Amino acid sequence: MYGSWANRLLLVPATVWLLVMLVLPLLVVIIFSFGERGTAGGYVPAFTLEQYANLSARFTAFKNTLLLAPTGTFLCLLVAYPLAYFLAVKVHPKWKTLLLVMIIVPFWTSILIRTYAWIFILGGQGLPKVLGFLGIEGVRLINTPTAVLIGIVYAYLPLMVFPVYVSLEKLDKRLLEAASDLGSSPIEAFRNVTLPLSIPGVATGCMLVFILLMGEFLIPALLGGGKVFFIGNALVDLFLQSRNWAYGSAVAATLVIIMLVTVSIYMKLVVRNQQ
Amino acid sequence: MRIYTLAVYLFLYIPIGIIVLFSFNAGRHASDFHGFSIKWYGTVLANPFAMEALATSLIVASTTAVLASIFGTMAALALQKVKGRIRAIYDAAIYIAIMIPGIVIGIATLIALVTAFKFLNPVLENFWPGFLGDAPHLNMGYASVIASHTMFTMALVIVIVRARISGMDRALIEASADLYATPWRTFWQVTLPQIFPAILAGFLLSFTFSFDDFIIAFFVAGTETTLPLYVFSSIRRGVTPEINAIGTMVLTVSLTLLITAQFLLRGRGSQSSTQ
Amino acid sequence: MLSADTDAVVSFRNVTKRYGDVTAAAHLDLDVTAGEFLSFLGPSGCGKTTSLRMIAGFDQPSEGEVFLEGQRVNGVPAYRRPVNMVFQHYALFPHLNIEENVAYGLKQRAPKPPSKEIEMRVGEMLELVQLSGFNKRRIWEMSGGQQQRVALARALINKPKVLLLDEPLAALDRKLRREMQIELQNLQRNVGITFVLVTHDQEEALSMSDRVCIMREGKIVQIGSPLDLYDRPINRYVADFVGKSNFFDGAIDRIDTTAVNVKLDCGLMIKANTGPDLESFESGDPVCISVRPEQVILARKEEQLPADCGVKIKARVMNRIFLGEHTEYLLRDEKLGEFLVLSPRQNERSERPFDKDEVVLAAWSRDTALVLSSE
Ligand SMILES: Nc1ncnc2c1ncn2[C@@H]1O[C@H](COP(=O)(O)OP(=O)(O)OP(=O)(O)O)[C@@H](O)[C@H]1O
Ligand SMILES: [Mg+2]
Repeated sequence: MYGSWANRLLLVPATVWLLVMLVLPLLVVIIFSFGERGTAGGYVPAFTLEQYANLSARFTAFKNTLLLAPTGTFLCLLVAYPLAYFLAVKVHPKWKTLLLVMIIVPFWTSILIRTYAWIFILGGQGLPKVLGFLGIEGVRLINTPTAVLIGIVYAYLPLMVFPVYVSLEKLDKRLLEAASDLGSSPIEAFRNVTLPLSIPGVATGCMLVFILLMGEFLIPALLGGGKVFFIGNALVDLFLQSRNWAYGSAVAATLVIIMLVTVSIYMKLVVRNQQ
Repeated sequence: MRIYTLAVYLFLYIPIGIIVLFSFNAGRHASDFHGFSIKWYGTVLANPFAMEALATSLIVASTTAVLASIFGTMAALALQKVKGRIRAIYDAAIYIAIMIPGIVIGIATLIALVTAFKFLNPVLENFWPGFLGDAPHLNMGYASVIASHTMFTMALVIVIVRARISGMDRALIEASADLYATPWRTFWQVTLPQIFPAILAGFLLSFTFSFDDFIIAFFVAGTETTLPLYVFSSIRRGVTPEINAIGTMVLTVSLTLLITAQFLLRGRGSQSSTQ
Repeated sequence: MLSADTDAVVSFRNVTKRYGDVTAAAHLDLDVTAGEFLSFLGPSGCGKTTSLRMIAGFDQPSEGEVFLEGQRVNGVPAYRRPVNMVFQHYALFPHLNIEENVAYGLKQRAPKPPSKEIEMRVGEMLELVQLSGFNKRRIWEMSGGQQQRVALARALINKPKVLLLDEPLAALDRKLRREMQIELQNLQRNVGITFVLVTHDQEEALSMSDRVCIMREGKIVQIGSPLDLYDRPINRYVADFVGKSNFFDGAIDRIDTTAVNVKLDCGLMIKANTGPDLESFESGDPVCISVRPEQVILARKEEQLPADCGVKIKARVMNRIFLGEHTEYLLRDEKLGEFLVLSPRQNERSERPFDKDEVVLAAWSRDTALVLSSE
């Protein structure tokens, strides 16, 4: 059972799966990104950097993504931080688990259906109508960048709350008491003690949200109404409509590279500092 | 602070509430509530397309969950004994599998499998032994969705089960050996009961993920339609109250499974494992 | 090939265990006699657990041989060795109730005993450890002391050749630990099974065991009965570990047939006539004189001291602590420095206890001072 050969046998299915369904497909993307488009779509083997040189054809998608992903990440942080602080420092331990579970659970339920709810809320029959009753006329939300940002904050909030919460939770309350003993005002204590200690959690949360946002498709598709185009939307278009696999692969590879760069910056800044 | 927290929870749950509320709306339009009715549920249940999509999703999700929890658990057990560089490679692959955006997995799997099938199908046709009947024609469909979902969720199960294994008291294994149990019996009588909550939690999370996933299935489902794909195309065709009913059912299922999983992972932990 | 003492239940022959660069146990030779209660005693990291694990079969020796009842068991896995262990944190199975925990070992036997018999023996065992009626309880519903008993029952039900106990009482509070020490001792006499216990609590080792094996840095320093170790420690390390003692450093000056003269570093010359293997010493060897606190006699007047004193000095009382039966004095002599004296109440040679700052006469009889190698 625990002999070395048995151990290897146990690893076989996972290894095969990771090779065939993860490593191989990613390799194919890299290979295809240096190829050319066939006349009827698909891929023709070649070795050219043409696809990468041509990335600017999808400039809008890159621009939107690189603009809205950081903005969305930042908004997430803005909303999540006070919540995480409250949960970590102020809430009675008895309620903590329940409140935390209540945050994480929506994240795991169908994003499609939850985003769908926002189509209604932000659409003409939803919030704008309510605002209309209050005398604020002519507000348009659905199919705007604002709608996309609201959807993003809504969808990714839990992912930000958790790491920040964990870093704040580890914070020793005695440190805060010590700070106030030394005559710091609560605000000073927060700025000098709490904030610096929560930086790793903030960085982790931002990284997670940012890299997942880079590949977002549904939220801009449903709430941006084809006007707010992300890289994800471009990819769907390239692979499912125009069937330009070589170019699509180059876009996907670029996406992964941006992600990897983000992760490695994160590793350098945060993981190193923690050791 | 409390008010803020409350507001955030409302922000998280109001969209869900709206879907549930309007799924019981007698009226056709979301904007006006015509009283309580369950007629939309009737409409959904009578809709053959929705039902077929549901069946597809159930098959895909349960197969995925079974495969992922078995293979993931096997790998988690084996990886305990793997050290050094090989271990680092596995860790990296698992990490990548979890972190990489679904859309990249989707397109990569799509082009890799389509390309592979293009080579394999003629080979199969030529070399298929006649007494086995007609050569199978490899195509995107159930199998590709299941394979792709299994890859991601298996990585998830590995992480969850491994955390449980490392939290387990090693002395229990030795105690069992000391009491004359062979390694094989120790595995069934001690190790498995100890890690079972984690496996079950992994199973439930895998099921939920697979059941809710839109983006991977969007690329690799071929001509099959899973429930999220059906919902997406319905939304594209215009908002109908039917979606609210489907949404409510889907949310109920996911919430139940998720809360069970959370309970298993946090709950009484190592203590009430088999009860 | 080295052979085992046939009377011994467990024998180590030149056993060494290495973990990479660390030598956890080095050249151990040991025979555990059937029915005895033996303790491994030593500071943290000295290799006690390692020795026990090699008996249990969790670890295999890097060199040397382990015998169980004369059978060489190197390479035999734990589940085929007729020994059982009580783990430091008990390692009870949390997913099984008390009864199932206790029955675990019996159920692994092939052929499995009939369930009637298992039930009966579990009942007997629980009675033995005074836990009758707790059959269906869960582990976490039991107190620390009760869990300890379950662990004992779970091991003893298998009637092992040797019961191994790794610091079984360390997790209990002081009072409970005293109680369990007595209980363990009684249990061992009742069941007649050989016990091998690991502890770093000298009091525990001395009060419970028939023999104690003192370890240091992976080696066995001395094996003997508690009395032996106390009265005839082979070196300063053992004397220090077993009970309290005063040590005075010096060097051998002259050896006669009957006595040794030791010249202390402070210049004082001390006569002593006991100590093991005095023959191994030579003039000039660095040694130390060990004197137990209760062997120092205090008096106000010269004539109250016994005649054969090895040393007689005047010292000042620095501190006094009443311990009921005894009084503990800390004395200071200009040359010898500070030393402890434990004086029984009824033996106090004067009408009243000595006061702080009083200068008194201190002496010890020649044959209570031990000359020990100072390693
Ligand atoms: N599995 C292992 N790998 C590496 N070194 C080990 C291992 N087990 C023990 N050691 C080392 O061997 C030495 C003896 O360890 P052992 O556990 O036998 O000590 P011990 O006497 O039981 O100490 P304690 O009283 O702290 O339990 C220590 O230096 C320890 O660090
Ligand atoms: Mg130990």
